[in-house]
Amino acid sequence: MALKKLLATAIVTATMTTAGIANAADTRVGLVVKALGIGFFEAAAEGAQEAAKELGDVEVIYTGPTTTTAEGQIEVINSLIAQKVDAIAVSANDQDALVPILKKAQQRGIKVMSWDSGVAPDGRQVHLNPSSNALIGEMNIKLASDAVKATGSDSGEIAILSATPTATNQNIWIEEMKKVLPNYAGLTLVDTVYGDDLADKSYREAVALMKNHPNLKAIVAPTTVGILAAAQAVQDEGKIGQVYVTGLGLPSELAGHVDSGAIKSFAIWNPIDLGYSATMISYNLVKGNASDSEVGMGRMGTAKLDADGSAAMAEPFIYDASNVHKFAEIF
Amino acid sequence: MANLLKNRETQLAAVIVLMLVLIAFVNPDFIAPSNLLSVYTESSILIILALAQMLVVLTRCIDLSVAANVALTGMVVAMINSQYPELTLPLVIAAGVVLGTLLGMINGLMVWKLGIPAIVVTLGTMSIYRGIVFLISNGEWVNSHEMSLAFINTPRTEIFGVQGFAIISLLIIAAIYIFTEKRPLGREMYAAGNSPTAAFYTGIDVGRTQFWAFTISGMLSGLCGYLWISRYAVAYVDVALGFELQVVAACVIGGVSIMGGIGTVLGCVLGALFLGVINNALPVIGISPFWQMAISGSVIVIAVIANSRAERKVGRIILRKATLARG
Repeated sequence: MALKKLLATAIVTATMTTAGIANAADTRVGLVVKALGIGFFEAAAEGAQEAAKELGDVEVIYTGPTTTTAEGQIEVINSLIAQKVDAIAVSANDQDALVPILKKAQQRGIKVMSWDSGVAPDGRQVHLNPSSNALIGEMNIKLASDAVKATGSDSGEIAILSATPTATNQNIWIEEMKKVLPNYAGLTLVDTVYGDDLADKSYREAVALMKNHPNLKAIVAPTTVGILAAAQAVQDEGKIGQVYVTGLGLPSELAGHVDSGAIKSFAIWNPIDLGYSATMISYNLVKGNASDSEVGMGRMGTAKLDADGSAAMAEPFIYDASNVHKFAEIF
Repeated sequence: MANLLKNRETQLAAVIVLMLVLIAFVNPDFIAPSNLLSVYTESSILIILALAQMLVVLTRCIDLSVAANVALTGMVVAMINSQYPELTLPLVIAAGVVLGTLLGMINGLMVWKLGIPAIVVTLGTMSIYRGIVFLISNGEWVNSHEMSLAFINTPRTEIFGVQGFAIISLLIIAAIYIFTEKRPLGREMYAAGNSPTAAFYTGIDVGRTQFWAFTISGMLSGLCGYLWISRYAVAYVDVALGFELQVVAACVIGGVSIMGGIGTVLGCVLGALFLGVINNALPVIGISPFWQMAISGSVIVIAVIANSRAERKVGRIILRKATLARG
């Protein structure tokens, strides 16, 4: 904890120093995160620096509170307003608590957007979601298809291992998965089971899936506990190479199972891309290169804005043996 | 009375066999010896914790903090292992067992020395222990690739085709059997629960007996903390969340009286196996998740009803004898 605080202070000092030597003509973007010292956001800051380098005339001020509180973020945003930055891109600790201070920023001519974790429409112009339900559903089925191919056949049975039967996001994703399933002729969805996000129940459900469906080729688990438990079950049942587990999870949690071979590939948003896109959008907002319906994100393409001004960045990013260890150190 | 109890265990065994036959109609593979063995292996942790719980319940107490104890000791051994992978496994496990024992002693001391009802003490420590898991881990997970291979694989080692998990549970069953049948302290637990007043007059310190029951419960929970983490190869705050209810249910189904003093090792093991079979069979026979919850719940209620009926009979007999003796 003490180390974290020290690190945070060091970062704040570092950003202040860079702010001091910045060129006055540069567009200055304040990238506000939930808290400093979190791997995911450090990676997002790396992406923001990449965007700044690509654009040339942008300076990114990476900042945030030391704990994930809305109060801390308000202080940080206040100081950004005092520094007269051109844009603020925030991943909010509270959807509503930041609205008044961000309104004040907008009144001073600062462009405001939220990313990752949104702010209510009143407080920002654009919100960038890492992905959308449709893209997540599509990605899960694509991963399942890849997993089936990895077992050496073009067609095969797949099953879904979800969290609780009442989890809203899980059910929406499963719906979206079923929608795109007809596009993958080789895939047959044979079962959907629920592990309740409990390690032991998910494990038993995964074992049962393999027993009930001897020809099963892939288990898709769009939940972190589920994907871990299923991977362990595949390993314990000696089914590595016959059944692959895939779905959504964090690189740090799944690196071991990618090494064991139980997981070929899986997906989650890429924080580097997210920080990059947020910076690109902020820049375009400042330069007036945005319409009500779309705004550019550099190498990530164009974000399509809905009526509320929110957009989805991209489909989840795929992780496999080639990159999982690099990202495992980030988040 | 011994006959009656014996009866109950044979009944429970018969119900389990009947259940297996019914499941076999839907899925014949389920009763293959290899699968039955894996069902036993999967139930090992539940069996150990149910036996630990039985000792506590025998003394008219209840230990609701077992699952939180598992989570805390599990997180600690996982963190030790990931930070100091060079430490030998026996040392790591010993750390978990010692910590678990201490956590159990805290419960025991509060019940013994402060005289607070066990349900209140352990309800409190349950939250405290679970909270500490979050504090020491900062909410972060310890994942399989951060654990050493020996840490994960040792309990998976097979001896004559039987996994370490199962062997450990068999050893614990034997140890608890000897303890409850042959050791004075084990007998005192029955006496303390059956009639605390009578136990007091025979020179048994009821509070001290309860303290030791909690201590053993904590010790076995500490062992299970390690077993759980190595079984599922991940340590996080919500490990074994709500598992204490299954543990208590296993005891109740196994005929351990929640009023204390009644319960056998065999019955308790059968109770845990009963839940183990249900837990492993329901996913295999493909029942909707909502039905699964309803079925698990109904089974527990039915068992409790059977239990209370059996106990009422026992109670009447004692009462009649007592009146006779007085008259």
